[in-house]
Amino acid sequence: MLRKTLLILIFVMLNHSNFAYAATTGDEASNDTNTNNTANECFEGVSRTMFKFNYALDGAVFQPVAKGYRSLPLGLRKGTSNVLSNLRSLLTLSNNVLQADFSAAGNTAGRFVVNSTIGILGVFDPAEKVFGLKKKGKEDFGQTLGRWGSGTGCYFVLPFLGPTTARDAAGLVGNVFLDPIYTVTHNRETDFLIGNENYQEHNYYFYRGMNSVDFRAKNIESFESVEKNSIDLYASMKSLYLQDRNKKVKNSKAKIETQDDTNWDKIDND
Amino acid sequence: MRKKIFIIFFIFLFSFQSQSTAYSKEPKVFITEVVDEAKKILVATNSKEIKEKELSEMALKVVDINGIGMYSLSSYKKTLTDDQLKEYNILFQKYFLKSFTSRLTDYSDPKIEVMVSEKINEKYTMVRSVLLATEQRPEVKIDWRVYTSNKDVPLIRDLIVEGLSLARTQKEEFASVIETNDGDVTKLFIVLKDFVNK
Repeated sequence: MLRKTLLILIFVMLNHSNFAYAATTGDEASNDTNTNNTANECFEGVSRTMFKFNYALDGAVFQPVAKGYRSLPLGLRKGTSNVLSNLRSLLTLSNNVLQADFSAAGNTAGRFVVNSTIGILGVFDPAEKVFGLKKKGKEDFGQTLGRWGSGTGCYFVLPFLGPTTARDAAGLVGNVFLDPIYTVTHNRETDFLIGNENYQEHNYYFYRGMNSVDFRAKNIESFESVEKNSIDLYASMKSLYLQDRNKKVKNSKAKIETQDDTNWDKIDND
Repeated sequence: MRKKIFIIFFIFLFSFQSQSTAYSKEPKVFITEVVDEAKKILVATNSKEIKEKELSEMALKVVDINGIGMYSLSSYKKTLTDDQLKEYNILFQKYFLKSFTSRLTDYSDPKIEVMVSEKINEKYTMVRSVLLATEQRPEVKIDWRVYTSNKDVPLIRDLIVEGLSLARTQKEEFASVIETNDGDVTKLFIVLKDFVNK
């Protein structure tokens, strides 16, 4: 029932976003020539409140945990990061296939097989070092929707999960169905794979939590720098999030926003 | 005789000065020189204040601060009077230098490798570089948008970190401040002043 309600909510938001008026932070951006990189606000007031909540949560929980994680020996951190990345590649694989990017799918599958076996459950990365299978970008269902031509929809901030757009929120739901890790940990028929059924779902959330800590630990200085030099942190984060998603949807092969001169030309011509 | 010595000394000093501040016209070499100079400043044992002063002096020579300021202001520029525009330019320069030096002084010994340059058009060249990984953080790709409209004096207009444009982020931040204050650009001035005086 909850899942159904969530799907309906997202569907409504996706439709709503097509008619959303340019709100505060989105208004100026919407004047830009490349609108793929921008998004109107769904409900800015609520989003700013959510942002403050997440920011406080980060300061109280994620940042200290990430700093503690960083004090672990490099080898241990790298191994953990590799295992997480190897597990995460299964979601990438599903999306490679959905995007009809079969070359990337072959690469992702090859890397997973090699690293899970020779690389001892993904602790090491012989796929790149020995077999030359280079690590490519992560994919998720939000990116797949983007590849299929879906617009970003409106922008908002989710509690705990952070910035998103209507498209990416729909992607979050899609990820649940496409992620084999979720399926294995939530499907009782596969209990024999994990063992103790009481902890299977917890394993999934532990895996997701560890991914967040690993990401946060790698970006402590970047976050601090943005925080310190920002005059409107909410707007900075929004801009960085949308630029990042735009880059990922285009897989960096296409001409990206940062190479588009149109907005720069305006200042030379004015 | 004394006068002659003084003149020779002055010429020597002047030629040395101009040599040390002249940068290459070729964008890739230009960025390499800028990176080397910044690194030299950052690894020196000087106080933070001296480092900030030296980095600011460097930025004034190699960054198109005025251009970035106008880009950040975007179409709101048209709503300002000449006096306001003048005030904005002064304020933006102070804001930019504080933000720029603050970002750089976070790195005590940055190891940046300048890789290749890609000419986009007559006005712009992208110079690709990487900030090498340390035990604490992974490798970071940094692209420099170099403005080459004046062939003799290339200037940096943007830094693109892992595909994320700092100039664009700043522009959207400024727009947000203005729009949340009902389009009042002078409120941006207050926020910038607060940042500079912080």
